[in-house]
Amino acid sequence: MTIVLRGGLVIDRSGERVADVEIGDDGRIAAVGTGLSGDVDLDASGCVVSPGFVDLHTHLREPGQEDAETIETGARGGALGGYTALVAMPNTEPTMDCAAVVELVRTLGRGTACEIVPTGAMTVGRRGEDMVPMGELVDRGIGIFTDDGTGLQDPRLMRRIMEYSIGLTRRLGRPVVLAQHCEVTALSSGGYMHEGEWSSRLGIPGQPAEAEELMVMRDIALVRLTGARMHFQHLSTAGSVALVRDAKAAGLPVTAEATPHHFTLTDAACASYDPVFKVHPPLRTDADVTAVREGLADGTIDAIATDHAPHTDHAKELSFDQAPPGMLGLETAFSLALDELGLDLPEVLALLSWRPAAIAGLSDRHGTVVEPGNPANLCVVDPDATWTVSGRAMASRSSNSPFEGRTLRGRVRHTLLAGEPVVVDGEARR
Amino acid sequence: MTGHLLGIDGMDRAEIEELLDLTDTFAEIGRRSIPRVPALRGRTVATLFFEDSTRTRISFDTAAKRLSADTLDFAAGSSSLSKGESLRDTVDVIASYGVDALVVRHPMAGTPHRIADWTDAAVINAGDGAHEHPTQALLDAYTIRQHRGALDGMQIGIVGDIRHSRVARSNVLAFSALGADVTLVAPPTLLPPSLAGWPVRVSHDLDEVLPSLDACYLLRLQRERITEGLIPSIREYVADYGLDAARAARLPVDALICHPGPTNRGLELSAEVASDPRSVILDQVVNGVSVRMAVLFLLLGSGRELIDRSEPEVGS
Repeated sequence: MTIVLRGGLVIDRSGERVADVEIGDDGRIAAVGTGLSGDVDLDASGCVVSPGFVDLHTHLREPGQEDAETIETGARGGALGGYTALVAMPNTEPTMDCAAVVELVRTLGRGTACEIVPTGAMTVGRRGEDMVPMGELVDRGIGIFTDDGTGLQDPRLMRRIMEYSIGLTRRLGRPVVLAQHCEVTALSSGGYMHEGEWSSRLGIPGQPAEAEELMVMRDIALVRLTGARMHFQHLSTAGSVALVRDAKAAGLPVTAEATPHHFTLTDAACASYDPVFKVHPPLRTDADVTAVREGLADGTIDAIATDHAPHTDHAKELSFDQAPPGMLGLETAFSLALDELGLDLPEVLALLSWRPAAIAGLSDRHGTVVEPGNPANLCVVDPDATWTVSGRAMASRSSNSPFEGRTLRGRVRHTLLAGEPVVVDGEARR
Repeated sequence: MTGHLLGIDGMDRAEIEELLDLTDTFAEIGRRSIPRVPALRGRTVATLFFEDSTRTRISFDTAAKRLSADTLDFAAGSSSLSKGESLRDTVDVIASYGVDALVVRHPMAGTPHRIADWTDAAVINAGDGAHEHPTQALLDAYTIRQHRGALDGMQIGIVGDIRHSRVARSNVLAFSALGADVTLVAPPTLLPPSLAGWPVRVSHDLDEVLPSLDACYLLRLQRERITEGLIPSIREYVADYGLDAARAARLPVDALICHPGPTNRGLELSAEVASDPRSVILDQVVNGVSVRMAVLFLLLGSGRELIDRSEPEVGS
């Protein structure tokens, strides 16, 4: 079966042009041009055809918390959000810290609506004590290691992991990426939102911006020492953005991501006391939101990542301290980026697609130029369509979206994974 | 006050004064030989405490009984999650008993606000974490008003662990709404991280502040603040912020000494200061019942005439 995406504006890292895109039986792009024909026509008029999005930061909850999300439902939500690849965080139960669990996740990911890219934990059980068998995992294609959910507290162990990772560059074929959730827990523990004016008024114990910034600072110093390839996850403070900007200017091998909620929401949202707004790192101030947006605009922050973190209603129906942190993100990321960042569409697509694809080592098949021979991992988005967010209507098994009821601009119309239409006219097919 | 009493935040001067005026009526009832009126007969008031507090619970329970309401007491552990039950499950179970008012105490800020979203019952915040304790602030304002007529222009010092104190947050709002000037007196580690927007002055020197005060409100200091590294020792706290006889002598002769209880004698105040004639600590306790009667009546009561006559004694 051949498919033609008809009449769209094709945008990729090489530029933009109005063209039909023909996808062949082999799941690859067969032709890009005008007047193409195929077995199935998918209308793309008035829409943009883009390489599929790549999420560097997805919590798929399987194995271990299948009541909140499964790899299948998470992938479906991803496809509905325009994603063709999801980088799965390792804080599952059991932890993705060994070949068996990583292979389980990969196996469960086959046949779903996205390519599932497992990561490995940096330490066994994410306990921050012992290094995982990094070589064994690298041999299984794991290119990103992270203890996400917590930062690695011990600076000596962090240094050793950085040094060790450099020895694996040849085996992986590229530098191993160490991704850090930056949070010095000695400073943040017992805090459930950003520490400042709002936390003081609301009586919710806070965690200061410095808890994040101190670890960004430490890891930049250790990158300078070791030369390891470091990626900073979900940057949320003005200070963190400034630190990464300076590190990049100094030529250090660091990249960074930011989430849609950190460039759209502030700590004022916690005034409702609804734990749907509880997230780590916490929602910060207006000044931090502005700094994150500036970082995304000037390239300090390389990619938008969702930190999609499903939790059941049951888990969120607790007091603010007891409810788990995290919020849904996959189905709203594109619209929020388009609506809120004030960037041109090609810049938004770069932040969602080819820049994160490069960080994840997926540039051979995701975020590629739309030209014959490349794998057809594509999405078709309608930048003018508006829609209203409903957590219940999402594919996720959970509904903890902080954007409930908001009307957003920009909607994903079709998504193709390896040439297969997994979303057609906004409906999931897988 | 619309349906619930979740905090002083959002109440204006007129609403606070309406409650204090109504409290006068209930204080009078409390002095009768049979301090009981049929105002809330047939209504059910439940106390739902996720944190131990015998005093506040008994005060609400007494208030409800004096209004002839039925009372239920749910002593819940603070961690419903550990039992596999969400907070909402707990609330649904209690609501199924047909309660008209839920008096909620919880160690985390905002929990009564969440519960108010889930139930038709009137929710009364009996203390939520470090956030608010509105009936405490109302009884404090009532007590001060009782002794001084009005709070306008009064200088009130609130001394101690402001950071963790729901009493302080509610009192700052109530006292300033009623026209008083509030000074917070504490070491920086016991102040909130930000005081932006708070209508207060701050001092780290109690001795300097005392002579100008019309009321000195001492907060309870929890001993675990030392292990948290917020103060070096009890000894140093007492030396700098404890109200002993020498310090009390620096207070004007007509100043009031207040404390929400229970007091740590020898810590935030010395034993002799607790029995100082300027201390109104026991008045606060008595007024607590009257204020809570007023709150329950305002939220649940249907007719004012029901508070004007006493409940006939059973069997008479």
